[in-house]
Amino acid sequence: MDVLSHLVLGFSVAFSLENLLYCFLGVLLGTLVGVLPGVGPLVTIAMLFPITFHLPAVPALIMLAGIYYGAQYGGSTTSILVNLPGETASAVTCIDGYQMARQGRAGPALATAALASFFAGCVGTLLIALFGPPLGEWALKFGAAEYFSLMLMGLVAAAVLTQGDPVKGLAMVVLGLLIGVAGTDVNSGMSRFTFGIPALSDGLGFTVVAVGLFAVAEIVANLESRDAREVFTSKVRNLMPTARDLRDSAWPAVRGTALGAVFGVLPGTGAALSSFASYMIEKKLARDPGRFGRGAIEGVAAPEAANNAAAQTAFIPMLTLGIPASATMALMLAAMMMQGIEPGPHVMVSNPDLFWGMIASMWIGNFLLVVLNLPLVGMWVRLLRVPYRWLFPSIIMFSCIGNYGVNNNPVDVYLVALVGVAGYVLAKLECEPAPLILGYVLGPLMEEYVRRALLLSRGDPTVFFTRPISLAFMIGTLFVLFIVIRPVLRPKTR
Amino acid sequence: MESPVKPGLSDNRDFIAGLLFALIGVLAVVLASDYPFGSTMWMGPGYFPTVLGGVLALFGIYLMIRGLRVAERIKGRWGWRPLGFITLSIVLFAATVERLGLVPALFAVLLVSSLAGRDFRLKDALVLTLVMTTIAVLIFPYGLRLPYPLFPGVLWTY
Repeated sequence: MDVLSHLVLGFSVAFSLENLLYCFLGVLLGTLVGVLPGVGPLVTIAMLFPITFHLPAVPALIMLAGIYYGAQYGGSTTSILVNLPGETASAVTCIDGYQMARQGRAGPALATAALASFFAGCVGTLLIALFGPPLGEWALKFGAAEYFSLMLMGLVAAAVLTQGDPVKGLAMVVLGLLIGVAGTDVNSGMSRFTFGIPALSDGLGFTVVAVGLFAVAEIVANLESRDAREVFTSKVRNLMPTARDLRDSAWPAVRGTALGAVFGVLPGTGAALSSFASYMIEKKLARDPGRFGRGAIEGVAAPEAANNAAAQTAFIPMLTLGIPASATMALMLAAMMMQGIEPGPHVMVSNPDLFWGMIASMWIGNFLLVVLNLPLVGMWVRLLRVPYRWLFPSIIMFSCIGNYGVNNNPVDVYLVALVGVAGYVLAKLECEPAPLILGYVLGPLMEEYVRRALLLSRGDPTVFFTRPISLAFMIGTLFVLFIVIRPVLRPKTR
Repeated sequence: MESPVKPGLSDNRDFIAGLLFALIGVLAVVLASDYPFGSTMWMGPGYFPTVLGGVLALFGIYLMIRGLRVAERIKGRWGWRPLGFITLSIVLFAATVERLGLVPALFAVLLVSSLAGRDFRLKDALVLTLVMTTIAVLIFPYGLRLPYPLFPGVLWTY
């Protein structure tokens, strides 16, 4: 068994004392920040990224992965206890989780969420180990044309399948691509869109974009509207779900995992889509659908399993093809590139310790989440009581130091303010930031691939349609576009 | 749809979004015209940005036209106050961190950003500033050994 020997390698890397420590630290910090109300996984990763920046590649990525799970899980805790989802993926958990909390069953809801997530995480990790290598091997056959078409499909799908206006999503992708190509052009050495600012010669930093869009703009939007929220803090006593809870949530968790595992690989909001879909399926399958929305445990187990499975399998296209399926994965991808690793199928061959070590540490991270979270629920609950007026200045402060620390250059901090203002204005106009960050990360790669493809084809643009794999991706792109345009073409029935 | 009165242009969500995209797209094309365009076979540094700028401008124009036909209001109010204070606090940090040192910069960012909240309380903000400054100094210069002077000329060395 090839997979087995790889996993042994992975675990030997992950089980080194140093890496275990970073995995633990990542999970802990991720949960700690992710549990804070109004702080989603994206903000958490963007904010904590500068801390990992000073580490070597393997521990840095292990820690980032830990932060990612921690933030994801922390978000569920907040959804259940405060009815305030940090991101769309955990919005569904709010519905029944919060009702359970209101009925004094916050403990079982949290425990079920943790166990369902753990199960989904284990399956997801196994799937990465099983499908990553063959997919990567297949991807080794890709030339520049295939990569360009694949990225195009990924970006179009991500833009169009996110919630909100598909046209704005596409515009945001293009804007992201433009921002991404700013800086020194690798082929000609020419500075593009730098406005004479030396700090921009390497382009707009990825932490600048991420923190500006997801921390600063988000905070301003939160401050502009104030929602009343009720925190169920005193009622988390009995953690253990009853035998009936476990029986009721077992199959929903399995179905949610299956659904999430499939959706997670697809570009766009895989995690959010799968958690909504799995909730709907459970509601359809339930003998008494009326219980949903009133504290049904299936309504917590299924979407939590789904979004965790999706969070896990989202790593497959990112690690093997170098294509991020979500904004969070785009951040992970950018983090890898900043560590000097060129993402794609070569990572498995050139850095097997990194690839397999990361997979093994994913499993360890998921395990740590359960071990860490159930006993520490009391602490997370106390964190939920932290008022927002203390939280947001602290987040802004960490964002400032973090971005200053990347290059020790105050210009980066000015740019954070600028991106923050732009991000807020765009959010007000209902333009989603997620497609922008995907375009931003893929911009330079896409330009490089389109150049190479057209050079090899001697300037013949049909190359994207004559090579079979590339053609398949192009058909996929058109298909996604067609789904979106169709309602426009149909006569309006409203 | 929400109100029978058509919103004005400055309150027309899609028109404004489209206008922004169109302006940025045109700006990108104009700036990129200074970079060699090359040919489809030998793409110059201007090729890809020009195409992107053009596509962005087209999306922008489409959104502007759509905004004029189906006018949607911008939801809620503009949060100029939080936006102003948050932006100011970040700018102050950037302006002071190298000239006055880390501690004054942290004070500036924490105090000024606190003003962005609706329920600003001076005592709370001062306590928060002191606590978070201490934490930040312990994490960054001390814990991560980043060589940032706390005050002009005062380095934490050990």
